[in-house]
Amino acid sequence: MLYVKAGGAPDDLVVRGARVLDPAWGLDELCDVRVDKGVIAALGTDVDANGHRVVDGAGLVLAPAFVDPHVHLRVPGGEDEETIASGTAAAAAGGYCAILAMPNTDPVVDSASVLGSLIEDAKAQAEIPVGFLAAITRGQDGAELTEMVELAEQGAAGFTDDGRPVVAPGLMRRALQYHGITGRRLALHCEEPTLSKGGQMHEGAVSAELGFTGYPSVAESVMVERDLSLAAYEDAPLHLLHLSARESVEALRAARQKGVAATAEVTPHHLCLTDEAVRSLDSNLKMNPPLRSADDRAALVEGLLDGTIGSIATDHAPHARHEKEVPFEAAPFGVTGLETSFAVLNTHLVEAGVVPLETLLERMSAGPARAYGLDEPRIEVGAPANLVLLDTERAWRVEEDGFRSRSVNSWLLGQTLKGQVRLTIAAGRVAFSG
Amino acid sequence: MGEIHVMREGFLPPKQPPRRHLISVGDLEREDVDRLLATAQSFSRSLEREVKKLPTLRGRTVVNVFYESSTRTSSSFELAAKRLSADTMSIKAAGSSVDKGESLKDTALTLGAYDPDVIVIRHPQIGAPQLVERYTDAHVVNAGDGKHQHPTQALLDLYAIQDELGRIEGVHVAIVGDVLHSRVARSNVQALALMGAKVTLVGPPPLIPRGIEALGCEVSHDIGSIADADVVYVLRMQRERMAEGANYVPSLREYTARWGVTPERIRPGQKVMHPGPMNRGVEIDPRVADADDTLIEAQVRAGLVVRMAVLYDLLTTGPVPVEAPEPLEVA
Repeated sequence: MLYVKAGGAPDDLVVRGARVLDPAWGLDELCDVRVDKGVIAALGTDVDANGHRVVDGAGLVLAPAFVDPHVHLRVPGGEDEETIASGTAAAAAGGYCAILAMPNTDPVVDSASVLGSLIEDAKAQAEIPVGFLAAITRGQDGAELTEMVELAEQGAAGFTDDGRPVVAPGLMRRALQYHGITGRRLALHCEEPTLSKGGQMHEGAVSAELGFTGYPSVAESVMVERDLSLAAYEDAPLHLLHLSARESVEALRAARQKGVAATAEVTPHHLCLTDEAVRSLDSNLKMNPPLRSADDRAALVEGLLDGTIGSIATDHAPHARHEKEVPFEAAPFGVTGLETSFAVLNTHLVEAGVVPLETLLERMSAGPARAYGLDEPRIEVGAPANLVLLDTERAWRVEEDGFRSRSVNSWLLGQTLKGQVRLTIAAGRVAFSG
Repeated sequence: MGEIHVMREGFLPPKQPPRRHLISVGDLEREDVDRLLATAQSFSRSLEREVKKLPTLRGRTVVNVFYESSTRTSSSFELAAKRLSADTMSIKAAGSSVDKGESLKDTALTLGAYDPDVIVIRHPQIGAPQLVERYTDAHVVNAGDGKHQHPTQALLDLYAIQDELGRIEGVHVAIVGDVLHSRVARSNVQALALMGAKVTLVGPPPLIPRGIEALGCEVSHDIGSIADADVVYVLRMQRERMAEGANYVPSLREYTARWGVTPERIRPGQKVMHPGPMNRGVEIDPRVADADDTLIEAQVRAGLVVRMAVLYDLLTTGPVPVEAPEPLEVA
């Protein structure tokens, strides 16, 4: 389900003296980690270097590398905005060892032939392993199911119409029934389109003042509730993309308590910002779903803390410069995030004392892997090396020319963040070193 | 000679940090509004003179860029600039490179290359003036951006109210109609609240934006609520926004029956305002529109002097004379 550039030998190295953290099994020790041919071979103090390259980890945190379950690589069709090469390089710089790409491309990834060519490209270009989700409906038109079995056999990592909701409840039910035989996850973009129509930002006091057509939180939660009801009825699992509203989190929590196998993700921007930020009219603060109220943000953080929301997803959505250099209302939805996610969350959640570092690391790595049935990155002897070395103290300024992504539509431009990725090892190979 | 007038230097003491732009009422402090209204008043006296042109902004350039149709706003900005002896240039989207798909950024860069002192912009999209501000060195005046703001309209409405009632503080203004789509309503609520007036928004629930109370106003869905107001401010029912199937109201007929401002719903002494253009027989009964004591024409007149004041305030370093400037003869 994951594909990476072929060739190149797996790496040998030792990271000495880092705080080694693997929240999945409670590991938190100052120790050394040795990687032999891409596999974690030794864990302990004064580990024999075996002649490998030694990385000084003193003062740094070594953790399982991150998994981003929601990335727009824009290929095919948007190569000016991102490519597999640039997007996976950006992901590596952000500390990721695996990402999943969304199928809302041009053409849509709705056939084995389009998916097959993407997989070939990934085998030639991907700096870190990448998986591809295929569409739920042909052309993401919300009318006919894609050939899910064939797509899964071809290598689809899951199914989603992300960017658009599956509007018709009857079709949603069929998708829930049918996708189960593929063993892949169904991921849902929850948006009731007649409620969100024309919406530019969260509906509330700020939209009332600025004059933007509101995109109310109920446009999301009403669909979350519908899809959870259908999932309960069909006893089918599902994954909810980019939750933004308190009502959605509460509906998910209640459904999970009743035994519905639902997982969910939340983005760094929804965890860090509220609709107040839109007052700047910066088009890099325009995304779907929109930034919501302080109360919604609090509910997302609560959901992240108690595990209702198990994954952090960047929803990295590159856009060409000229597309965003327009009035807010004319700008497309979406912001980049692969290269800033750890830093911004470390700054606004961990440093602020809102979320423990261990929880953040778990939700950026094992959580999303579990949601899609991928192997969880682990720090234990015998596991493939998927590691990220983090300097949680170092401050840096987000600058346009620092990005490996082809696009610069970051809401963080010019901001100083605390926390930097120093080394990423993905599938046993050093993918980034900075 | 005698026909050349200059403002006496004494009227132009330095003022503290000049406002670079006028984009939103939210950018203004109460003292800014007081100063602008006082300047407008002094200009209104100067306009009573036989020679109406003042040399104040001679050599300055004001560019008006209108991406939306307008009669009142575009004509009054142009005339305001001319009355102050500025050079003006007016560009309408239709017939310009906008028709060829030129982006607002490129239009701003192009116009900016002429080094205009002020760019006045009306645009259907929220945030357009900020974009122009980013790509030019000119002072930017927002002449209406989508449903967001129309600050000079709010200022001229304040001027008209003050002129008629002698005060703004404590005046009760009922704003009636389609608040949801109205930049005029938003700007006025903010401006009136800033100046200490009481504002009640009246209209059908779908046309009152959720959360608008946070701007400092009350909301009512009952047209009877206008009875207590000193001023009844009627908003245009934006037919172009009432696309079939939008269902903001079931029909214009029902809207008019329920929320139309008719003579029966107005009490003597209440002042009626309307930003224009009016839909007679929809939001306003023609008998109300044509009554002698409405402020509708006063609003139009106020538009000229207020826009003169705005241009003057942005382009001169001095605060505004509170007394009318006496022209000096230059030999």
